[in-house]
Amino acid sequence: MSTGHILLGLLTERPKHGYELKREHDERLPGAKPLAYGQVYATLQRLQRDGKVAVTGTAQESGPERTVYEITGEGTADVRRWLTETERPAPYVSSPLFARVVLALVTEGSAEEYLLRQRAAHLDRMRELTARRGAAGASAGEVLAADYALHHLDADLRWIETARQRIDELTKEIRS
Amino acid sequence: MSTLEARQIEKAFGRAHALRGLSATIEPGEVVAITGPSGAGKSTLLHCLSGIMRPETGEVHYAGQRIDTLDEAARTKLRREHFGIVFQFGRLVPELTAAENVALPLLFERHGREEAMTVARAWLEEAGATEVADARPPELSGGQLQRVAVARALVTGPKVIFADEPTGALDSVSGERVLSLLLAAARRGNATVVIVTHDNQVAAYADREIVLRDGVTMGVPA
Repeated sequence: MSTGHILLGLLTERPKHGYELKREHDERLPGAKPLAYGQVYATLQRLQRDGKVAVTGTAQESGPERTVYEITGEGTADVRRWLTETERPAPYVSSPLFARVVLALVTEGSAEEYLLRQRAAHLDRMRELTARRGAAGASAGEVLAADYALHHLDADLRWIETARQRIDELTKEIRS
Repeated sequence: MSTLEARQIEKAFGRAHALRGLSATIEPGEVVAITGPSGAGKSTLLHCLSGIMRPETGEVHYAGQRIDTLDEAARTKLRREHFGIVFQFGRLVPELTAAENVALPLLFERHGREEAMTVARAWLEEAGATEVADARPPELSGGQLQRVAVARALVTGPKVIFADEPTGALDSVSGERVLSLLLAAARRGNATVVIVTHDNQVAAYADREIVLRDGVTMGVPA
């Protein structure tokens, strides 16, 4: 996750201070891990050093005085470039689920129990997300975040079902 | 008292054993998903629980009454009076309009035509399908067909709603709408819901899942 690009993207709307950027990040990416204040200010300092944002003044509402940042031409070009790039699909299978299945076969000789338990855990989480998505007053961003998480959990569950069907093959390979 | 109970039921089609001594209970007001891979026996279990078919051995109980020993006519009466069923692709009568399809279960119960049509139109409105009330099934999209099928299943105020792959032919957003509609109506009427699905995102709407594999249930190990 590129925090710098996300902050730059939020600054394309208008100049903002760090607290505002943190709040908007958490609101607009509702399923994401909330940004720590320290991370926001460290990132802004780096962006300022690289000439992508500049201090435009200070703002004081009810709390302390806050530094307001604006995006520079270089910053705008950088965020636009980032949006034209694609994420590289993960080159390695590094899922803990996959590792647990293989290790369950190696140490226990069967992954069936693990797969059943993991399915139940995934479905519990999917129930929470489904309820959250359907709750009255859920924002479009929250619905989209829940959809994203649900589709990924669903992909895991479909892999779990495939794994259950292939497990005999895998067991023979490990034992040979 | 459980709403539905299967005790050691077995059902075979020729040499293929669809259910092998399966036992399951479903409590009042529960939303239960029956899941599992193709050929696991999901639809056969739904057909046995809803009285559409009878198991060869074992017992099926509804609200404390044994139903697998009832004859065809008594099971049909039970389904009409207590159950609502939604199938994949709707299974509507193609010659009738959407409103007439929804009114059909009421006409079977000897309600007057005018009253039945008024209630049917109210349910179509509830299902967000008012605009297709006078259209015939071949003119409807997949999502519209399922909305009409849901309205038809709910029109008699059933105690149990059975749904066999209700969103199988729909994209995920249309499926979500149909399912939300079905479950909201079921909750308002305190109905029990049994959904057969191979779709995990549908199963996530249920309070609990019964996982089938090779005709038996798979319990989650402690």
